[in-house]
Amino acid sequence: MNIFVCVKQVPDTETKIVPSGDGSFIETSSIKWIMNPYDEFAVEQALLVQAANAGSTVTVVRVGSVKDTEALRTAMAMGADDAFLVEAADNLDSYMIAKALKGAIEKSGKTPDLILSGKQAIDDDCLQVPQILATMLNLPSVSVVVGYEGSATDITVKREVEGGALEVYGVKLPAMIACNKGINTPRYASLPGIMKAKKKPLTTLSLADVGVSDADKRVKYSNFQLPPEKPPG
Amino acid sequence: MAKILVFTELHGSHVKGVTLEILGKLAGHTVDVAAIGAIPAEAIADLAKFGAANVHSLKGANLEKYTPEGYANALKGFIAGGSYDYVFAGATSLGKDLLPRVATMFDAGMASEVTNFIMEGDKFAGTRPLFAGKCFAKVELQGPKPHFVTVRPNALGMNANPTAGAASVKEDAVDAGAIRAMIKDIVKGASEKLDLTEANIIVSGGRAMKDAANFKILEEMANVIGATVGASRAAVDSGFAPHAMQVGQTGKTVAPSLYIACGISGAIQHLAGMRTSKVIVAINTDPDAPIFTKADYGIVGDLFTIVPIMTQEFKNLLGK
Ligand SMILES: Cc1cc2nc3c(=O)[nH]c(=O)nc-3n(C[C@H](O)[C@H](O)[C@H](O)COP(=O)(O)OP(=O)(O)OC[C@H]3O[C@@H](n4cnc5c(N)ncnc54)[C@H](O)[C@@H]3O)c2cc1C
Ligand SMILES: Cc1cc2nc3c(=O)[nH]c(=O)nc-3n(C[C@H](O)[C@H](O)[C@H](O)COP(=O)(O)OP(=O)(O)OC[C@H]3O[C@@H](n4cnc5c(N)ncnc54)[C@H](O)[C@@H]3O)c2cc1C
Repeated sequence: MNIFVCVKQVPDTETKIVPSGDGSFIETSSIKWIMNPYDEFAVEQALLVQAANAGSTVTVVRVGSVKDTEALRTAMAMGADDAFLVEAADNLDSYMIAKALKGAIEKSGKTPDLILSGKQAIDDDCLQVPQILATMLNLPSVSVVVGYEGSATDITVKREVEGGALEVYGVKLPAMIACNKGINTPRYASLPGIMKAKKKPLTTLSLADVGVSDADKRVKYSNFQLPPEKPPG
Repeated sequence: MAKILVFTELHGSHVKGVTLEILGKLAGHTVDVAAIGAIPAEAIADLAKFGAANVHSLKGANLEKYTPEGYANALKGFIAGGSYDYVFAGATSLGKDLLPRVATMFDAGMASEVTNFIMEGDKFAGTRPLFAGKCFAKVELQGPKPHFVTVRPNALGMNANPTAGAASVKEDAVDAGAIRAMIKDIVKGASEKLDLTEANIIVSGGRAMKDAANFKILEEMANVIGATVGASRAAVDSGFAPHAMQVGQTGKTVAPSLYIACGISGAIQHLAGMRTSKVIVAINTDPDAPIFTKADYGIVGDLFTIVPIMTQEFKNLLGK
């Protein structure tokens, strides 16, 4: 199986967020970046599916700045085989990100059997990218998935909805699945894993390479501000 | 003037509260509402009160239960015939899953989970928190129309003086198309209560609850005041409560009128999920617990003593 995982790099949750001087984004110079926590579940699920289906490959894809490639290296240290980075600003909108991910997957030359992602990125919390990507690729998809089982062609997944209720879906692959906490327990990267990851292939592409331009911009954001402080009671 | 559609889910015989919040906020505009399936009379009455012009009941095969593809195809087909400028929905489980799909079918953009917005003439401008509420920014949309927006439940509040609308009911045939992710079963959740994200009052327990059985005292209080029970991540990771109950950065983001935190220290990741609550009450044995810096009312003491006393007082007060 050709398995793809979308991983985003987000500021460490302890990071102090400071709007940039002109309010156009945040100060990114002193941020420590980590792999989006939900994406660890996606990487783990990819490795579990790979282990159950001999001959499968796991490719990680990320759209973002090149400053730091922590998230991709971590995914490869956990066991992913190779990685694609589409170099771009860290504040593209969901539509552009999804279009760039689609372009990177196509550039890899492999037809996806399964695409995994986190259910949401903890910095922008849009919960959009997986659904947009699936719609662009015309693939069935299920989001907020807490249970996964099945073969290389048919899977059963559980989607968590309000009140902890679960919707159980039967899905024919290829498909896109967005993972929530509870689906598995992500492994830690081992030291040999980290050493090996340094030698695994990481291909860098530009937005132009994947056919994304300014004309694809759908969302404009501005006026970044700190929240109004509640007076201590 | 902008032509606006609000997509709503049905919840028993009513629409979800967030639909009425959105309608109330759009007073002065012509707004249609669409739902999948038959719309009960009570729901239509509520929609009329809050200003809906036309109420479209979308009907077709394979739409009895939510499926991402079925609902997306049906809604896309309906919207394509309507020349709408904006499509709104609540940022519920369903809204968050469905709307990005439909937006993409129109190559359009979407503003996610705004907590407030204005229409400047024909143009939408929203506000949304990000980085877990550590910062806010303005969101605007451009490119192909319609533009799509989801709104966080309980954030706008109800319009106290809504303008009534005709709410003329129309039936529209829609096509669910090919469904490749088929729903096989729905497993009911542990709680029949309102979901955390929609609850008006939340009582949450932290690591100090010590075990799952002790959550009973929070449930007793919740039953008296009509609250939903939540938990911190420490409580969830220790197995006292399921992940569906977790409030915080990697759990649910909530905005109730009243949030009662019992034995929760107030870590930044917990605050991220509940800091926009209107009134925060904290019960903690440690007077220096960070939660007290965000609380409107703080009680320094043992939750196992204080919670039962509060429950009794609420019972007296409410005559229960
Ligand atoms: C203030 C502000 C407001 C914004 N508002 C909006 C808005 O309303 N609408 C909008 O379209 N955009 C908006 N954006 C842009 C937005 O923040 C994101 O960059 C984009 O929407 C991605 O969404 P997300 O990070 O929330 O990802 P989600 O959709 O929440 O992420 C889900 C999963 O998709 C995958 N994924 C997401 N991003 C990447 C990536 N870069 N590379 C690889 N995988 C990825 C990951 O697996 C992740 O777990 C806003 C940005 C800011 C700064
Ligand atoms: C990436 C990441 C994501 C996270 N996401 C979340 C999240 O979504 N939600 C979340 O909650 N946390 C989250 N956390 C964890 C967070 O940092 C804290 O560890 C967690 O919130 C602590 O939970 P707590 O307040 O219940 O426990 P503690 O911090 O252990 O606090 C227990 C409190 O109870 C008090 N206490 C003890 N006994 C009593 C008593 N008898 N009566 C009254 N008070 C008593 C103590 O004084 C203490 O203040 C996340 C952490 C990370 C790194």
